[in-house]
Amino acid sequence: MKKEGKRMVWPAYQKNIADDHYYYSRSCIRQNFYPGTEHTFLRILGQLNKDICDDPRHTTCTGIGYHTDVVPFETAMTVIARHFALMTGLGYENMITSCITSFGLYSEVLETWKEFPESEEKTREYLRKATGREFNIPKDLSHASDIIYKFRKEISALGTHRLTDIHTGRKLRAVEHIGCHYSKMFPSRGVGGAEFPCVLSGLIEEFGGEVVDYPERRLCCGFGFRQYFIKANRGFSVACSKKKFESMAPYEPELILTNCPGCFYFLDRWQYVISEMEGVLYGMRNQGIPVLTYEELAGLVLGYDPWDMGMQMHQIPVEPLLDKMGISYDPEAKYKGLKGLDLGVPLQPRQLAI
Amino acid sequence: MKKKVVVIGAGVAGIEAAAHLALMGYDVTILEKGERIGGHVLQWDRLFPTQRPASEIQDYLNQQIRNPNIRLIAQTCLIKNERNNEQFNLELSDGNVLTADAILVSTGFDLFDARIKEEYGYGIYDNVITSCDLEALFSSEKPITNAQGEPPSRVGFIHCVGSRDEKVGNTYCSQVCCVTAVKQAIEVREKLPRSEVFCFYMDMRMFGLRFEELYKESQEKWGVNFIRGRLSEASENLDGSILIKVEDTLAGRPLKMRVGLLVLMVGFVPSKGTLTIGKLLGLDFTPDGFLKPADEYIDGNSSNIPGIYLSGTCKAPKTIPDTLTDGRAAALAISEYLASTS
Repeated sequence: MKKEGKRMVWPAYQKNIADDHYYYSRSCIRQNFYPGTEHTFLRILGQLNKDICDDPRHTTCTGIGYHTDVVPFETAMTVIARHFALMTGLGYENMITSCITSFGLYSEVLETWKEFPESEEKTREYLRKATGREFNIPKDLSHASDIIYKFRKEISALGTHRLTDIHTGRKLRAVEHIGCHYSKMFPSRGVGGAEFPCVLSGLIEEFGGEVVDYPERRLCCGFGFRQYFIKANRGFSVACSKKKFESMAPYEPELILTNCPGCFYFLDRWQYVISEMEGVLYGMRNQGIPVLTYEELAGLVLGYDPWDMGMQMHQIPVEPLLDKMGISYDPEAKYKGLKGLDLGVPLQPRQLAI
Repeated sequence: MKKKVVVIGAGVAGIEAAAHLALMGYDVTILEKGERIGGHVLQWDRLFPTQRPASEIQDYLNQQIRNPNIRLIAQTCLIKNERNNEQFNLELSDGNVLTADAILVSTGFDLFDARIKEEYGYGIYDNVITSCDLEALFSSEKPITNAQGEPPSRVGFIHCVGSRDEKVGNTYCSQVCCVTAVKQAIEVREKLPRSEVFCFYMDMRMFGLRFEELYKESQEKWGVNFIRGRLSEASENLDGSILIKVEDTLAGRPLKMRVGLLVLMVGFVPSKGTLTIGKLLGLDFTPDGFLKPADEYIDGNSSNIPGIYLSGTCKAPKTIPDTLTDGRAAALAISEYLASTS
């Protein structure tokens, strides 16, 4: 593989990412599955002295409902218009979404308004009637990973750890998964485009790791909305994730870096499910392949405590990765809450080595 | 005094038109931006449908240009045009100025840049090549091997790369890729008898004389497999082979296959020269970016500007025989025009 060939693709997809003053739109599911990740993002931006507004008034973007045909597009547009109105009301112009589904849907709404201005007018009317609010279209729409990518060099410079094996100096092998809704619909809205994106691979390389490309890199993580939300289809969801694991396994990745809340969840949880169902384990020494978000990776590089970032919520233990990176942690504190309260130890898996 | 014609482009159409204009007694100057005449024929080894060596066409063109009425100015471009009544004053990149009573634009085509189809991985995966790369391999007479130096046990040909593809903005058919794939598939089977060859097509457009027979021969004699379906993506396996994902639209099923070598049948796009010269001379373009004849049905060689004519693949994709015919037709149209002017 010619890595320089990939780099030749990237210049065509270097989108504008705002420097500062962001309005943050959180994810619905992320706060439930992995509550520490968004907190970590805010903490990183705080360390970088960036102004970011975490507004409790915003709601779901309706993305999951929209993609499962429960929420009509007109409703989705109006809900998103309300988010823009909240942003406008607080004097912000740069929107960040935490979730890839939201990012895809916000992008779809903005592109729809661009192509069909009458739909924007209609949405303004609906919002006005429902809430009396007006809004400006964001000057800049970024996904949270775009922001981490933008400041990757600053994070690296502030960092205390690298994505290398401290025992050997070897670069750690990482695969990345950007999520279908990041740039597959609108390649120009993703850093590096849709086919060879660099938003995550750029982080891995900047932090000292080695990006591994594998044949099923572009395949869906297994979430795929209808594959999971329709209960009868859940077998497809596991099968899809399994295809990815089987494809990446020969490359012996030591980390899966994800962009999307759904991808993170399914690539993490389905490894455990497959191990319980079939006794098949990926990763070395029956430990699974740790799955991280971009904020968690940046947080580890910056020396944040993994338990403060909520990494004890991962199904696949992250300790093997922490050990390689030379990150110290207190095993006793893993299941302690922020105030030292015992969170309880989860049931032990039958196959996965803890 | 002989009337003067300047031909821009020394490819198949330009040379053929120049030769016939010279035979008619006109003073012909050919401007060629490259070093050699022949255009894309220079890059090809053998031609469909008879496997005739491309060098024979090159020899023919070299012969055609041997006329004292023809002057070739190579490595030179037109940079400015001023019209003085019926005469054109043409400023060249070497600083010289030519006058012409008529201009023939035969600036040809470029091959589609396969890197634009990012999902196919050309320029990234070592074992993804284009039809032009394969032709160069045939010309070199080296054994056909993959990037790992081994003969590929399975070769895939992907039709319509950059043609009939709204995603890249090219909705037209490039005409020659289907039959070129059939020709190259046979050549691969000739050179690698133990290999399997698969062609992935949208429609087989076997419109020319003996094309259909060649298509049949490729299946019956050479065992080439044809699957109707468009490649969705290619990726690289650990051993360097290419994993392709295609929908077999006849079986109605997705298909995944590992190939040792993947050949992208790149189509035609208007050449950079066509775009530059067209703009410089004020010519009309088709929506696809080719040069637009005054009347596509009955006056295919005239442009929108009197005295400026068009020939060959600067107007649309064409086979070599059709390009030669079009060059001759352009020569006739120019002679009729010059006969009607003072």
